[in-house]
Amino acid sequence: MLKKRIIACLDIQDGRTVKGVNFEGIRDAGDPIELAKRYVDEGADELVFLDITATNDKRKTICSLVEQISREITIPFTVGGGITTLEDAQAVIEAGADKISINSAALRRPELIQEISNCFGKQCVVVAVDIKKIDDEWIVFSNGGRVSTGRRAIDWCIEIVTLGGGEILLTSMNNDGTKAGFALDISQSISQLVTIPVIASGGAGSIQHFKELFTQTDASAGLAASIFHYQEIAIPDLKNELKKSQIPIR
Amino acid sequence: MIALIDYGAGNIRSVQNALKRLGVESILTNRPDELRSAEKVILPGVGEASFAMNQLRENELDQLIPSLTQPVLGICLGMQLLCTSSEEGDTQALGIFDTVVREFEPVLNVPHTGWNSCSIKSSPLFDGISSYDDFYFVHSYYAELCSNTIATCDYIQPFSAALQKDNFFGVQFHPEKSAEIGAKLIQNFLAL
Repeated sequence: MLKKRIIACLDIQDGRTVKGVNFEGIRDAGDPIELAKRYVDEGADELVFLDITATNDKRKTICSLVEQISREITIPFTVGGGITTLEDAQAVIEAGADKISINSAALRRPELIQEISNCFGKQCVVVAVDIKKIDDEWIVFSNGGRVSTGRRAIDWCIEIVTLGGGEILLTSMNNDGTKAGFALDISQSISQLVTIPVIASGGAGSIQHFKELFTQTDASAGLAASIFHYQEIAIPDLKNELKKSQIPIR
Repeated sequence: MIALIDYGAGNIRSVQNALKRLGVESILTNRPDELRSAEKVILPGVGEASFAMNQLRENELDQLIPSLTQPVLGICLGMQLLCTSSEEGDTQALGIFDTVVREFEPVLNVPHTGWNSCSIKSSPLFDGISSYDDFYFVHSYYAELCSNTIATCDYIQPFSAALQKDNFFGVQFHPEKSAEIGAKLIQNFLAL
């Protein structure tokens, strides 16, 4: 049976993890490779590395980090942040990333999804969609959530599938950082609407929240960053609890 | 020496990295002499079937591969290319495994993406691996079940997760991305 995925996200700045971590046994808490290896050992199903300050001159930094990650990490990983062209995607994929994630660049120029998909296959194109609920309607935001596109989430997600996107990483800005749980309604609406996997993100604060996500929606995966960084939830505990609730988990 | 067949397919670096983590060096080559003399041969692959077959034909690897006598492992598209044919690009494949590759009916999400377990027949490739263990899959086409099937996975319908005929092995999943259990399978292949 296909398992629900638990995905840990690492925010990267200048080749280092941004959020401080207090893991015992890791010599250098800011080293993304050490943290990533810890997540793999704990049973994370996939990793996402988000380069939050990506600019052109920093592209080389991220590519050399991706090469290192791909040497050390034994599970699939996605790299996102600042990928705006097919060439950017190619550099990161050739460095060893299994998937790339694009966001604002795809909103500015939707054909980018198609270009990367045609070149490397749709399985490696993750489209990140940041959404906010405004007057009962979920609207897509770009530029790290600063700019409203005015587009409805469901319309953009349908277009993503049509263009050859392989997965949707759906982040609810209303829930992100609240630790009050995932946005279940829109996660379910989008999961039912599209024929590609939906990764729900934003709001995870407890094991119960993942349980709700996987029992009340058809989302394929749940993603979190800080609760794993700070070990508020240990991945082995999370997976054991989900298994006890009969949720298919590796 | 382990040889990875070089035919312009993606995903070769991650297979090489997986071998390196096991302390095994490999070469990437399309030279017949190097492939014939290699201890083991791996046919990796992420990409499109008809394009990949054309790449193999251009280097006459479509003739060479079936004539190899050492253990050969096809991974993902590499496994599919060892089958008789593929619906992807209406492709005539290498014809080692007695089965055909078809496209999933999209009644669930396609590609089949993520960790899934297999029901395993006894095979040295799966030594120490059980039907409770999960491997990482990502594919939109599947090989039908046949007499060469040594592991069956069920997604949308039962399909061949692994195949074996004589010295030829194939896995639909990505052992190089399947954490320790994937490393175990690669070790089993190397120990053949």
